[in-house]
Amino acid sequence: MQRIGVFVCWCGSNIAGTVDVHAVAEALKNEPGVVFSTDYQYMCSEAGQKIIKDAVAEHRLTGVVVCSCSPRMHEATFRKTAQAAGLNPYMVEIANIREQCSWIHKDMPEGTEKAIILGKAAIAKVNLNVPLQAGESPVTKRALVIGGGIAGIQTALDIADAGFEVDIVEKEPTIGGKMAQLDKTFPTLDCAACILTPKMVDAAQHEKITIYSYSEVEEVKGFVGNFDVKIKKKARYVKPELCTGCGLCTEKCPQKKVPNQFNLGMDNRRAIYIPFAQAVPKIATIDADYCTMLKTGKCGVCSKVCTAKAIDYTQKDEYVQEKYGAIVVATGFNPIKPDKFGEYSYNKSKDVVTSLEYERLMNAAGPTAGTLLRPSDGKHPHTIVFVQCVGSRDTRSCGKEYCSKICCMYTAKHAMLTREKYPDTEVYVFYIDVRTPGKGFDEFYRRAVEKYGVHYIKGMVGKVTPQGDQLLVQASDLIAGEQMTINADMVVLATAIEPDKSARPLATMLTASMDTNDFFTEAHPKLRPVESPTAGVFLSGVCQGPKDIPETVAQAGAAAGKVIGLLCKDKLLGNPCVASSDEMLCNGCSSCEKVCPYGAITYSDKEFRIAGKTVVRRVASVNPAVCQGCGACTVACPSGAMDLKGFSNRQIMSEVDAICK
Amino acid sequence: MQIEKKEFKPLIVAFCCNWCSYAGADLAGSGRMSYPAEVKIIRVPCSCRVNPAFILRAFQRGADGVILCGCHPGDCHYSTGNYYARRRMTLLFGMLDYLGIEKERTRVEWVSAAEGAKFASVMNDFVSKIVSLGENKRLEDLRCKEQK
Amino acid sequence: MNEKNQEIAQELERISGTDAKKCMRCGKCSATCPAYGEMDYMPHEFVYMAEKGQIEKLMESDAFYRCMSCFACVERCPRQVEPTNIIEAVRLLKIRQQGQNHLKPEQIPALLDEDLPQQAIVSAFRKYSK
Repeated sequence: MQRIGVFVCWCGSNIAGTVDVHAVAEALKNEPGVVFSTDYQYMCSEAGQKIIKDAVAEHRLTGVVVCSCSPRMHEATFRKTAQAAGLNPYMVEIANIREQCSWIHKDMPEGTEKAIILGKAAIAKVNLNVPLQAGESPVTKRALVIGGGIAGIQTALDIADAGFEVDIVEKEPTIGGKMAQLDKTFPTLDCAACILTPKMVDAAQHEKITIYSYSEVEEVKGFVGNFDVKIKKKARYVKPELCTGCGLCTEKCPQKKVPNQFNLGMDNRRAIYIPFAQAVPKIATIDADYCTMLKTGKCGVCSKVCTAKAIDYTQKDEYVQEKYGAIVVATGFNPIKPDKFGEYSYNKSKDVVTSLEYERLMNAAGPTAGTLLRPSDGKHPHTIVFVQCVGSRDTRSCGKEYCSKICCMYTAKHAMLTREKYPDTEVYVFYIDVRTPGKGFDEFYRRAVEKYGVHYIKGMVGKVTPQGDQLLVQASDLIAGEQMTINADMVVLATAIEPDKSARPLATMLTASMDTNDFFTEAHPKLRPVESPTAGVFLSGVCQGPKDIPETVAQAGAAAGKVIGLLCKDKLLGNPCVASSDEMLCNGCSSCEKVCPYGAITYSDKEFRIAGKTVVRRVASVNPAVCQGCGACTVACPSGAMDLKGFSNRQIMSEVDAICK
Repeated sequence: MQIEKKEFKPLIVAFCCNWCSYAGADLAGSGRMSYPAEVKIIRVPCSCRVNPAFILRAFQRGADGVILCGCHPGDCHYSTGNYYARRRMTLLFGMLDYLGIEKERTRVEWVSAAEGAKFASVMNDFVSKIVSLGENKRLEDLRCKEQK
Repeated sequence: MNEKNQEIAQELERISGTDAKKCMRCGKCSATCPAYGEMDYMPHEFVYMAEKGQIEKLMESDAFYRCMSCFACVERCPRQVEPTNIIEAVRLLKIRQQGQNHLKPEQIPALLDEDLPQQAIVSAFRKYSK
C-alpha cells in the first residue's frame, strides 16, 4: 500500500478563487492510500517545495499528488522536489486543477467538486505507480555520414572538427556530389569547384575522417548510440593504397566509347577512369560493364602501363563492419529524366537539354571545355529558350507535385551567364512564378532582367518541335494574352529534382520515415528539422527536401551540431515511460512490431520453464533506448502482454474508475 | 413523498494526447474559455495509447459520453499514432452503435496545441449533445451502480 | 461571386467533372492550342473564368464552338485541370438553354462538304445542335 501525500496549491487566487482548496484537501484526506493532505499558497515556490520535502520525510510518503497547474508547467519541478526528498521522481502525479478547472469554471461548488474528482483520479493513479528508472545505454563515439556531396562533406567536417571520428560512405568513386558538376553558384557566381574542392581535400586530409568511396551501406542494426553498420566496398579493380592517380591508364585504355556519366553522357570516357581532375580520392576505377579485360579476359593494357602496379582484375567486393553512435543521411538528389514529357522533344533533339546538362556545357571542365556549343552540330546557339517547372508542381504521374525550389535561381544564373559571355544570344525564360526568396536572390533575378536583358515571359511552353536544325517553341505569353512561337537553337529544361533512388532502401534499413515523394521526414517540421523521428538518425541536405547550397550547408552544420551533442554524452538516459512486454503473456504474433513507428520491438526465441518442461517460444522485447513511449503497441497487442510504464493499462483504468464514480 | 427532479448532469470522459490536445485544453484554460465542468480529462501520451477497453470501462461505470482528442492527422508527435487511433475508434464506435450506444456519445476530435478555442467549442458542443441524449443506461454495469 | 453565378459554376463543375481551382495559371493549355487564333477566350481564360463564376460571359461568346476537342490541353496540363472538359461543359450549358442551338438542322446541308465523312457529320450534329 502506498503512503500518499496530497498537496493542494492555491496558486494565489488563480485556483483558490474558484476552488475551495481547503475543502479539496479535506475531501482527499479520506481517499485510499492518502496519509497526509494539505494546501498552500504557492506549491511551486521554495517554501511550498519545502512543505512537500518535509512531509515526505515526516510521513514516510511513497507517493505524491500535487493538485496545481498543468503538468506541462510544473511536473518537472515537483519531480525534482520528490527526488531531492529521496523519492523516485515518477511517484509524482499532478492533478490539473488550474487550466482544466479553476480557470474555466466560475461557480465555486462546481469547481471544487471537479477539483476533488481530478484529485481522486490522480490519487488512484499514484496508488499504482511504481518507481521508474530511465535506462542507460553507452554511446559509440563515431559518426557515419551516408553521402559525400556538399551536405555530407560539411557535416563530416563539422563533426570531425569537434574531435569525433567520422566515416563518409559515398557510392560514386569520388566525393563531391552534384555540386562538383556545377559551373557557377548563385547568387554570387563563384565557381563551384573553387569553393567545393578545398572542402573535399580538407575532408580527405582530416585525421578524423575516413572516406569509403565507391561504397554502399549494406545493413544497419542497433539503435541510437549503438548502430552496427555493414558497408560494402565495391570492387574498383584498382588497389587504392597503390594507385597514385597519375591518370596514365585512363589515357591508354583502348575502350574509348563509354558514356561519361560525369558529363551526363554528352561525351565519352575510357573504361578505366577518374571522374574528374579534382576527384577525391584520386584513384582510378574500372567500369566493369565496359572493361574488355573483365568481360573477355583479353586486354590488360591498364595493368601494363601502370607503374605503381595498382591494377587488380581479381578484386572482389569487400565488407566492413563498423559501430557508430549516430548516422547522418545526406543522400542528396537527382534531376528527373524529362523523357516522359513528350511535348518538350527531349528524346527527339539533342539540342533540348536539361539544366544540369547545360551546366556541364558551360563548365570549363565540361565536354565543350566551357564554350557554349549545341550538342547536335557544335555550332554556337543564338536563341535559347529556358523552360521552368518541367515536372515540378505537376500532379501527373510523370511529374512531382512539389516545387523544386532551386530552378528559378539557377535558370536566372544560366540566363545571366549566357548573356554575359555571349551578348549576341537572345535568351527567353518562360515562367509560371519566379520564386526567389533568399538573401540577394530577388536582386539577382532582377539583375538578369534589367542589366542582362533576359526576356522573362509569364507563360508556359506548350510544345517544342524540331524543325530543320532549329526548334520551334510554342508558348503562351499570359500578360500579353497571346500565343507566341520562337525559333530557338537550344531549349533548356529546368527539370524537377527528386531524392536519390538509394534513399528508399536506406530508409527501410534505418527505420526512418519518408514522405510520399521519398524525402525523409523530420522529427518536427519546424522545431526539429534536422533530426529524423528515429533516434540517432539525422538529416542533411536535399534528402529531407529541396534546398540550395547555402541552405544545405546550414542544415549540414545543424545536423553536425546535433550529432556532436549526442556523441559528447557518455551514456544516454532514456525516457523511462516506455513499453515493456510480459513474456509470459506474449504469443509472438508480431502485431506490436508492425505498429511501432521506431522499430523498437524485436522478436526472439527464448527458453521458458513451464510446468517442469523447457519450452522455446517466440516473444517480443522492447528496446527501451529506442522506444519513445507512444503506446501504439499496447493497444495492438491482442494478448495484453504489452504495457506502457507510467501510463499502464491499470493506471488509466483506475483513473477512469475514479472519474466515473 | 415528493420526487425531486434534478437537472441532468452528464459524466464525460475526455482522453487527450499529451502533445497536442492536452496542451490545447491548457490553452483553453489560460484563455479562460469556459466549457462545462462535466468534462474530465485523462492525459495519455498519444491518442493511440487509448485502448478500446478504457472507453468500454467508462461506459460500464456510467459515463454518458467519451471523447478522444489527438493531434491533427500528420502532426502526431509519434508520427502515426493518431492514424491508429482513428482506425481503432472507427471500429469501436461502429460496434458500440450496434450495441445501442448512440454514435453521438462517442467522438474523435483533432485539437492542436494552438486550438484552445476549438477545444472549448468542441467540449461545449459535445456536452450539449450528450445532454440532449440524456443518461446512458445501455452499458452501465448495475453491479457498479450498487456500490455507489 | 453572386448566387446565380455560383449556381452556374456548380452546374459547370458537375457537368465537366473537373475542378477549376486546381489551376495554377501556367498557361500551358493556351500555349499550343491549335484553335487559338479563332477563340476570343483562350483555354486558360475558360478555366480562370469558370473559377471566378463568369460563365455567362463565356456562354455569350462563341469561343467554345471553336474548340476542336483535340485534348492537347488535357494531355499537357500539369495540374490535371482538363480545360477541354470545361469548354465542353460550357457548350452543353449553352445548348441546354431552349432555342440556343448554334446551327439549325436545315442550315447544315448548305455547309456540307462532299468529302466529309458520315461520322463527322453525325458528330457535328451532336456537337452543334441539341
